[in-house]
Amino acid sequence: MSVFPATAAAKAKGRGTTAAGSRPRPRKNQRAAYLFIAPLGIGFAVFYFWPLLQTFAFSFTEFGAFGGHTFIGGDNYARVIKDVTVWQALGNTLIYSAIGLTALPIAIVVASLLNRRGLRGVALYRALYFVPFVTLPVAVGLVWNWLYNGDYGLLNEVLGRLGVDRNHWVSDPSTAVYAIGAVMVWSTTGYYLIIFMAGIKGIPRDYHEAAELDGAGALRRFFTITLPLLSPTLFFASIICMINSLQTFDLIYIMMAEKNPAIGDTQSIVGLFYKWAFIENAQGAAAALAFLLMLLIAALTFLQFRLQKRWVHYG
Amino acid sequence: MAETSGTQAPPAPRRRVDAGSVATHAVLSLGALVMVFPFLWQLLTALKTLAETSRVPPTFLPDRWNWSSFEEVFTALPFREMLTNSAINTVGRTLGQLVFCSLAAYAFARMRFRGRDVLFALFLSVLMVPSSLLVLPQYDIIQRLGLLNSTPALFLPGMFSAFGTFMLRQFFLALPKELEEAARIDGAGSFRIFRSVMLPLIRPALAALAVITAMWSWNDLLWPLVVNTDPREMPISAGLTSLEGQYETNYPVMMAGSLIASLPMLLVYVFLQRHFVQSVALSGSKS
Repeated sequence: MSVFPATAAAKAKGRGTTAAGSRPRPRKNQRAAYLFIAPLGIGFAVFYFWPLLQTFAFSFTEFGAFGGHTFIGGDNYARVIKDVTVWQALGNTLIYSAIGLTALPIAIVVASLLNRRGLRGVALYRALYFVPFVTLPVAVGLVWNWLYNGDYGLLNEVLGRLGVDRNHWVSDPSTAVYAIGAVMVWSTTGYYLIIFMAGIKGIPRDYHEAAELDGAGALRRFFTITLPLLSPTLFFASIICMINSLQTFDLIYIMMAEKNPAIGDTQSIVGLFYKWAFIENAQGAAAALAFLLMLLIAALTFLQFRLQKRWVHYG
Repeated sequence: MAETSGTQAPPAPRRRVDAGSVATHAVLSLGALVMVFPFLWQLLTALKTLAETSRVPPTFLPDRWNWSSFEEVFTALPFREMLTNSAINTVGRTLGQLVFCSLAAYAFARMRFRGRDVLFALFLSVLMVPSSLLVLPQYDIIQRLGLLNSTPALFLPGMFSAFGTFMLRQFFLALPKELEEAARIDGAGSFRIFRSVMLPLIRPALAALAVITAMWSWNDLLWPLVVNTDPREMPISAGLTSLEGQYETNYPVMMAGSLIASLPMLLVYVFLQRHFVQSVALSGSKS
């Protein structure tokens, strides 16, 4: 009873400025901080950290016909490494990544064109280029399958006028990977465009103006000013691009019907993972494959960070 | 006024700039056409009859504007349920991320407590993990909770995001300390300060996180495909794929379906474009 008015008075009068009054606060504050973090922490523990440990455990087991997992050591990893379809999927995935990276130079060129002094309609162009990225990938896949259609597709019609032979683009094993890769570039260019536009905005106009006074043409300025100063952004974008394209799945799943003869020539690692895990019930091997994919992503990211010093300029 | 503007913009290079901008516009418009034309073709195809789409050479405009494919989509699939599932999934994930990420981001940015940096690094590590690595056990968990083929299954794991936490934390870090101190002196508790002082200040960041999360949720395919196999419980992203099997060569119906399925997110984009652009620019400039 006697304590209460005292603290109330201290609060009202002293406004907690004395050292003694604020002393107990940090601990209370700490408890509050943990409460702030708790919901996310619990979610992460249940849906991310625990599953991660479990996948690791799965990768050393075999899923029995009557349920339950039996420990089989490194057999799953051996199976993954020996399996020809894995190597084929790895090859396809690397091709997708290589094609996917071409979105970066396209986006840089468009971004620097949009940076032209006094150009009108910049916002409209940006909006239009970004539309494919926002669109449902399933819808994108269906539309492009129709454009690529061998019998009635518009692409054959247009290319035919230019003298190119008709082709079944997505069911011909020699073109399918590239046809899908082109759609990946088409749908991600707008995303990188916005990233590069933000990066180019950070380059002071004075640099360009000074170079222009010295007689440097647009092309020269692009290579000596824009590109070097944009290299940190380009570095970041290439890492994002690589990480995403190594995990590519959606478009391929949609564009390749089950009986498509080119299915093996287009399957990505995540596509193969999905097949093993949820269709063929080979969860152990699928888990091992997922772990190897993560190692691959980590290794390539590490490599990019190492190579960074050679070409990225931090001004 | 006239004098100063005259010194700012020398009239000499005017003519050259104009010729250059015509060329620039030509290149940019051609690119824009490549980006947008497939959608126009999608619409035109949806309005043609099946017979008309298998004509060689193809017609550009439909002979007669035929809307029946749009009706057919709704009978071919439980389309209405699928759209509803997509909407619930999108709202669930977005709200979840806004609440959970902003709470944690605030604590990481503005509060001091033991283990803060270690915990933050641990949370960030979630960013590095490919989703394929998590999907199998996540499926197990959903199954054990008895939630397979249910709407909550669609959005539960997606409510928690390391990216969102990281992004909002950057914004909380940039706020001035004085505001918090003033509120504290007025006797406000931590949650009050968070809710009524700090949170309103990062509204642009919340909007940016909301639109990008909504987009990922609406478009997500792998997780719904795994967890909800009953067509009535599927979101539209997964549902459309079964249209492909059913209507193998009926492109008008497929185009009509894919058009309706992508329309809601396109509308969100048209109205909230600014936030989309900001969220992407942010994800690019930070880190």
